[in-house]
Amino acid sequence: MAEQKQILKVTIDNISVEVEQGTTVLQAARKIGGDVAPPAMCYYSKLNGSGGKCRTCLVEIAAGSSADPRPMPKLVASCRTPVMDGMVVKNITSEKVIDARNGVVEFLLINHPLDCPVCDQAGECDLQDLSFNHGKASTRFEFERRTFEKEDVGPNIQLHMNRCILCYRCTYVADQLTNERVHGVLDRGDHSEISTYISKAIDNDFSGNMIDVCPVGALTDKTFRFKNRVWFTKPVDAHRDCEKCCGKVTLWRRGRDVLRVTARKDEWNEVQSFEGNTGWICNECRFDKKHIGDWEYDGETNIKRHSVIAQGKYPWLVMPKEILPDVMGGRDPKLMMDIHDVSEVNDPIIDLSKIKGPSTSKTFNK
Amino acid sequence: MQALTNRLKLVNRKPMTFVEKLYLWNILKGMAITFRHIFKRKATINYPEQKRTFSPVFRGLQVLNRDEEGKERCTACGLCAVACPAEAITMEAAERSSNETHLYREEKFAARFEINMLRCIFCGLCEEACPKNAIYLSQTFAPSNYSRKGFIYKKDDLLIPHPKENPDAYAKALGERKKITN
Repeated sequence: MAEQKQILKVTIDNISVEVEQGTTVLQAARKIGGDVAPPAMCYYSKLNGSGGKCRTCLVEIAAGSSADPRPMPKLVASCRTPVMDGMVVKNITSEKVIDARNGVVEFLLINHPLDCPVCDQAGECDLQDLSFNHGKASTRFEFERRTFEKEDVGPNIQLHMNRCILCYRCTYVADQLTNERVHGVLDRGDHSEISTYISKAIDNDFSGNMIDVCPVGALTDKTFRFKNRVWFTKPVDAHRDCEKCCGKVTLWRRGRDVLRVTARKDEWNEVQSFEGNTGWICNECRFDKKHIGDWEYDGETNIKRHSVIAQGKYPWLVMPKEILPDVMGGRDPKLMMDIHDVSEVNDPIIDLSKIKGPSTSKTFNK
Repeated sequence: MQALTNRLKLVNRKPMTFVEKLYLWNILKGMAITFRHIFKRKATINYPEQKRTFSPVFRGLQVLNRDEEGKERCTACGLCAVACPAEAITMEAAERSSNETHLYREEKFAARFEINMLRCIFCGLCEEACPKNAIYLSQTFAPSNYSRKGFIYKKDDLLIPHPKENPDAYAKALGERKKITN
């Protein structure tokens, strides 16, 4: 375009920022960062057309623009509202917004089961964070929650429709990343559900990315299912040369076992971009490369200090030098205890990373 | 310098008198105190023949709870392990198969569950963290042992007896705790 894009000035929570024309309020807020950015459950900046469904990113527009400074009568979804010059937005400074967001969280949780202790997403779940920050500790809902049987979406993806909040992100992944969409939303309104057409397996190379975009635990990795809690695994960045994808991933390890492979996430819990391209990863990298030798180590993944995943990890600590062999004249001490003599957990004989699906009692009773 | 308290006592540095120099009087005074204690109530009891009653809030050995039908409540969510300040708890989860529904309450269960009693400080944070009322601290303490192995408590050591197969032992293990209904 020959015409240069107009630079607009918006004020969000009393912080001014200059953005290009066509930017949404949410993106402008994310440019400021921190608490000013509204939470988003359905909006995904890397997926065209996403957003506008969950209403968690509602903000108050105190002044529409410098040309027409009247406030907007209702709260608006910031992910779908483009900025205007001189717009004044209130997010966390507005009581109306906080109140509305609490209501939205209550609505999202109406049909959401309280199975976080079982769910593999717990610890990195957007809805968990959102309800922790905005939710009530109890429910006012007195009716039966809608329930579904768990379903296999292809051999490696598990769909728990109970947990779905109908954000449509996964269908956008299927639409925009894969050649043909074989899953979508069936039925309407309260009955709508994500499903594959006649349980047709999703064998597309990039179908696994719908696990990464799912804000809740509705779509989870079956090769990681029940293997470990995310906060007990250690995330490290790694890469491999992959013909299909960028090959830049995060490995979730326990010791030397690679329990899970995901795409690298940015600070908004979205898949990172590398040189302008979104770093989606292919199913081969995600589901089949569970050996440490398949990957080249890039460094430890940066985790927010307040995330539960950061517990028990002290990347700043320096391991003290092992002095015992020096004092013992070069040999290791003979009385060092092997933990596996007394403990059955993390048995080196049972390699969970080699098991395709979740482990069962048979795995442990060999 | 200003005194910190008003209980200051000056040391008596006067030379000892003849009676004091004999030391006999002071010895008699000390022995009187000693013998007086023979007739007082004893502070100790003959454990293990005699046992004290614990206070209702005493935190002792952990117990893995079952529900009324005898299904294990633990789903291996890892919250006790993450809450544990001594990092004494470890576990491994597995998926419940269709023929195990009478054994476990939820679709995930703890296939392995271990508490290292040498590490445990009996703070009770695991009980507080548990969302399923699956673990609680009982009113007994860990017995002594000769080897390290005896202090790694596995699921067999921790699980409460089955309420249907062994109701007496179950009731005893439950102790004064109220039954958890949900």
